[in-house]
Amino acid sequence: MTVVENAVETRPTSSERYQTFMSRRASLLPTLAAVAILILLFIGAEILLRGDFITPRNISALLLDNTYLLLLAVGSTFVIVTGGIDLSVGSVMAFTGIWLAKLLEAGTSLAIAVPAILVGGALVGLLIGVLVQYFGVQPFIASLAGLFLARGLAFVVSLSSIRVENQALLSLQSTRFRFGDWYITPTGIMALVVVLIGAYVMQYTRFGRTTYAIGGNPQASLMGLKVARATVSVYVISGICGGLAGLVLTAYSGAGYPRNGIGTELDVIAAVVIGGTVLTGGRGYVLGSMIGVFVYGTIKTIISFMGAEQSWMQIVIGALLLVFILVQRAIVARSDRRS
Amino acid sequence: MRKVARHRLFWPVTALIILMVINTIARPRFASITVQDDRLYGALIDILRQSAPLMLVSLGMTVVIATRGIDLSVGAVMAVSGAVALTIIDNSADANSTTTVLVAVTVAVLASLILGVWNGFLVSVLGIQPIIATLVLMLAGRGVALLITDGFITTVNSRPFAFISTGYLLLLPFAFFIWVAAVAVVALIERRTALGVLTEAVGINPEASRLAGVRFRSIIWGGYAATGLLSGIAGIIYASNIRAADANAAGQFIELYAILAVVLGGTSLMGGKFSIAGTVVGVLIIQTLESSILFLGVPPAQSPVFFALVVVVVVVIQSPALHRFVRRLGGPGRSRRISDPDVEVGATP
Amino acid sequence: MPADSQAPPIVEMRGITIRFPGVLALDDVDFFLRPGEVHSLMGENGAGKSTLIKALTGVYPVDGGSIEATGSSRVFHSTFDAEAAGISTVYQEINLCSNLSVGENVMLGHEPRKVGRIDWKAVHRTAAEHLAGLGISIDTRSLLSNHSIAIQQLVAISRAMVLDAKVLVLDEPTSSLDRGEVDQLFAVIRELRDKGAAILFVSHFLDQVYEISDRITVLRNGKLVGEYPVGDLPRDDLVTKMIGHRLDDLVAISSTAAREIDRTVMPVLRAQDVGRRGVLEPADIDVFDGEIVGIAGLLGSGRTELVRLLYGADRADTGQIEVDGTPSKMTSPRHAIERGIAFSSEDRRAEGIVSDLTVADNIVLGMQARKGLRKIRRSTRESIVSEYLAALDVRPRDPDMVAGNLSGGNQQKVLLARWLATAPELLILDEPTRGIDIGTKADLQRKVAELSEQGLSVIFISSELEEVLRLAQRVVVMRDRKCIGELDSQKSDLEGLIDFIASEGEGSAA
Repeated sequence: MTVVENAVETRPTSSERYQTFMSRRASLLPTLAAVAILILLFIGAEILLRGDFITPRNISALLLDNTYLLLLAVGSTFVIVTGGIDLSVGSVMAFTGIWLAKLLEAGTSLAIAVPAILVGGALVGLLIGVLVQYFGVQPFIASLAGLFLARGLAFVVSLSSIRVENQALLSLQSTRFRFGDWYITPTGIMALVVVLIGAYVMQYTRFGRTTYAIGGNPQASLMGLKVARATVSVYVISGICGGLAGLVLTAYSGAGYPRNGIGTELDVIAAVVIGGTVLTGGRGYVLGSMIGVFVYGTIKTIISFMGAEQSWMQIVIGALLLVFILVQRAIVARSDRRS
Repeated sequence: MRKVARHRLFWPVTALIILMVINTIARPRFASITVQDDRLYGALIDILRQSAPLMLVSLGMTVVIATRGIDLSVGAVMAVSGAVALTIIDNSADANSTTTVLVAVTVAVLASLILGVWNGFLVSVLGIQPIIATLVLMLAGRGVALLITDGFITTVNSRPFAFISTGYLLLLPFAFFIWVAAVAVVALIERRTALGVLTEAVGINPEASRLAGVRFRSIIWGGYAATGLLSGIAGIIYASNIRAADANAAGQFIELYAILAVVLGGTSLMGGKFSIAGTVVGVLIIQTLESSILFLGVPPAQSPVFFALVVVVVVVIQSPALHRFVRRLGGPGRSRRISDPDVEVGATP
Repeated sequence: MPADSQAPPIVEMRGITIRFPGVLALDDVDFFLRPGEVHSLMGENGAGKSTLIKALTGVYPVDGGSIEATGSSRVFHSTFDAEAAGISTVYQEINLCSNLSVGENVMLGHEPRKVGRIDWKAVHRTAAEHLAGLGISIDTRSLLSNHSIAIQQLVAISRAMVLDAKVLVLDEPTSSLDRGEVDQLFAVIRELRDKGAAILFVSHFLDQVYEISDRITVLRNGKLVGEYPVGDLPRDDLVTKMIGHRLDDLVAISSTAAREIDRTVMPVLRAQDVGRRGVLEPADIDVFDGEIVGIAGLLGSGRTELVRLLYGADRADTGQIEVDGTPSKMTSPRHAIERGIAFSSEDRRAEGIVSDLTVADNIVLGMQARKGLRKIRRSTRESIVSEYLAALDVRPRDPDMVAGNLSGGNQQKVLLARWLATAPELLILDEPTRGIDIGTKADLQRKVAELSEQGLSVIFISSELEEVLRLAQRVVVMRDRKCIGELDSQKSDLEGLIDFIASEGEGSAA
């Protein structure tokens, strides 16, 4: 019957579909690679540890132990997508963490202390953003200033650690919502909510799309986009995430410690890069950074399960970062050659 | 006068002088130098001695930044160098033998050179972005240093080794001579030969330099190798100072201070034209600032706040936005660049 | 059809004056744009053309005079203000985000939203509609970087239409387009014009200006020379008004094409089957002593690719190259330089001038790179630099000036000096006169002709076919990454060359 014949479309061949995918979504490849690595790691660990690795308890612990990193990674994704970098995140985390502890020790209620430290983190981010946008300072140097400032302030707040007795705060970490053997803490829920909000903003808001535009086109302001606002905002967001991470870390360890987070910014960058965000900007996904954090956390878990020294952790992450960079370069080079 | 003011070194040197003057006013003893047992003592001498590790690292950093690169691994290389040297001395028959120390130092510095060559390979041959390439070693290097020392802080009692950082030669600290020699060698190589101009060309326009026949790969590679070497020496001095190999603390944050010193000295992070003299002044500024902060009784851990202020002041002064603002105050007729670098409209100016 | 010239202008710039330190860039200039018209702004380097455009698009504030656009008096503090007033610009360097999709680029900043979130279906649907309005149908979800410059430009124009531009400024839009793409662009421009847009067209290509414009305004030395309907201004008059005197210098050069070349001796360069997979089909080319060989073809035909292989800037997969009879593997520019070959790239900003170094440093860079680490003696350096500054008439004649501050034409001269200083046997010039004013163009061409008379061999690439015919004794023709033949320039004219390039036929016409 002619009607049916006319209604049948030719289905695209698989090579055509591949071409379309590559021309639309080439930037997803590094993130997919990260997912593949994560799966491989799980399988490898399962084999290595004779079936003791993929348990609900271990996976729940994965989130629990790396909540702070996840929060920092969300903020850093925003910054790195605009082509910038934020070296201050570890220090902001330490500063807000110890300040929270100090405020609570002085009797301030949680309801005031938490917003206070978030504002603190935001202000450091604001300083960096203003330097970058209005004074033309390179993000590396500007966030260096932020790092120095926050680290020094952490020690100004206190030269030594401060224990936290505040039950409300500690309960954020100690409460477990259980589903069988799986569990999650309020802080874990918060982190996942932040991830989802971050992913939504980047995909469905004009602000989020502006960050991609800035990363892909240094002259984005000539397109009529609100570049100044976006550039400053991503650093403020990073600062707020730093504050949230400080909150989580203090709840996790039961104390604020000014030496926290030394070198954490590197771990964050490694996780974000492994998750598929390119350091030159313009490409990357918040969910990808989350995968990167889980890759990082899984490696840490595997190493501690194997009883190896912590120094191996740094070597392995360094090596993995290298591999990812090389793979990313190869992919980007190939997709550029197409055009 | 205007010509002097526009000289690249003007602001850094002025800043250093102002710092020194303030210090002398605040504590008159700052400027005093005493002689004792054929040695000079005093706050100024301390600055000359303590600035050695940062000076060496910053020298290398200057060259690397000039090629549009950066080396974040310098602290980690310092840690590895210290670990290697001390492990050799620790396992030797006689820790006080000069030969042992010489061997240990040579091996450690060689190891650092190899690490620098590795960095150079990643950047110049594989074409990896310098931040990432050196980040890898920055992460992994400390792990390697920890492995070498088995996770402990190895300490030694070795007179020759301690001499490196605390010894004196001809009235002045030995460490001072080390860095002066390094500065002299680097400056001679860069400016007496064409290496300096070629390095600047590579940093300003890598592709044009390649097409002009410049050995850009070797120049970039050499920069990282040299930085590795210099960081290795810095690591020896540091380890000699604390008489130990502390894989975590060695050179912590030094890359940041080195970058700050380079920027203070007038070299741009974007690469291209660089100034060794500027870096030297930059390091002295940082060291003097450190000394001032200590004198003020501020706990060393809090000193980064001051450095944040310094960074902010320096970059704001150097920023084009401020220049525009000042010029607008200066007189009628707004000034603009003849060709706006932001908008390239056609090929005509 | 061009609109009635009595229509009221949609942009009125009156008495515009702009000062820079030491220079009066614009002096009391009037300029009008009318809806439904394509208006070209013409002028040499330093005429103030670029400055006027920047004043219109909000990049520069004006020191004197007034601007009225789309009905009201305007003061532009930024490019936002200009866009808000309905003036949209499409820049020479495509100002879009190559990391984003086509559709997103068209709608960026104005994405349709549903319940506060971006409605991606609507984004792509709207973008596709706008692109279709310009006659383009491409996958709006594909990344912008997957498409040619020509398409990207049309996407940029499409974006301007989304922003409801009444005035469209096109800045050197055809520099990177081949003939077919230019036709496509012009069709779009005419379409927009007929719909009532006012279009400011800026280009160096006189032919194209005459092809598309309805009106021409000429500036010289910052002052307005006049505004003319295109039919009232023959080409000679235009050039005269632009440079202030008749230009018959170019005629004197034509004698070089007539020179006799001895092709019985060993060629300076002989390349056989030189090619690179995916980039260039194996090609042959010979160059003899004192000969100027032109390479002609449309954009994308492989001209630059070929000479880059000859120079070692890219590595050839196949074939061999002989220099003075000796086989040489060109694996890097250093090899080529050692064999006496010099190469001046078509992108002088990105691949030529080292902008922060002085003019002197730029000139000796080639020599110095060859010499290695030992510095060139100061006396040698000074004499070479001043010799070339004089010989090529570089302005300003200041060896210590930062090279990035020179105009495009003078930068090209500095580059030429750099390569001549290496005393090459063969000089490859890729589009040396692109984007340069007529006066400097003549200077350069004359210099090249002189040098070849003294024995230098030259390979000369230019998109301006008359230039190629004027200078070269032989013209190698390329199309679609392949060498399709050779012409003797004495026996050929412009039409013949164009026919050959466009022809379906194979074989050489010697």
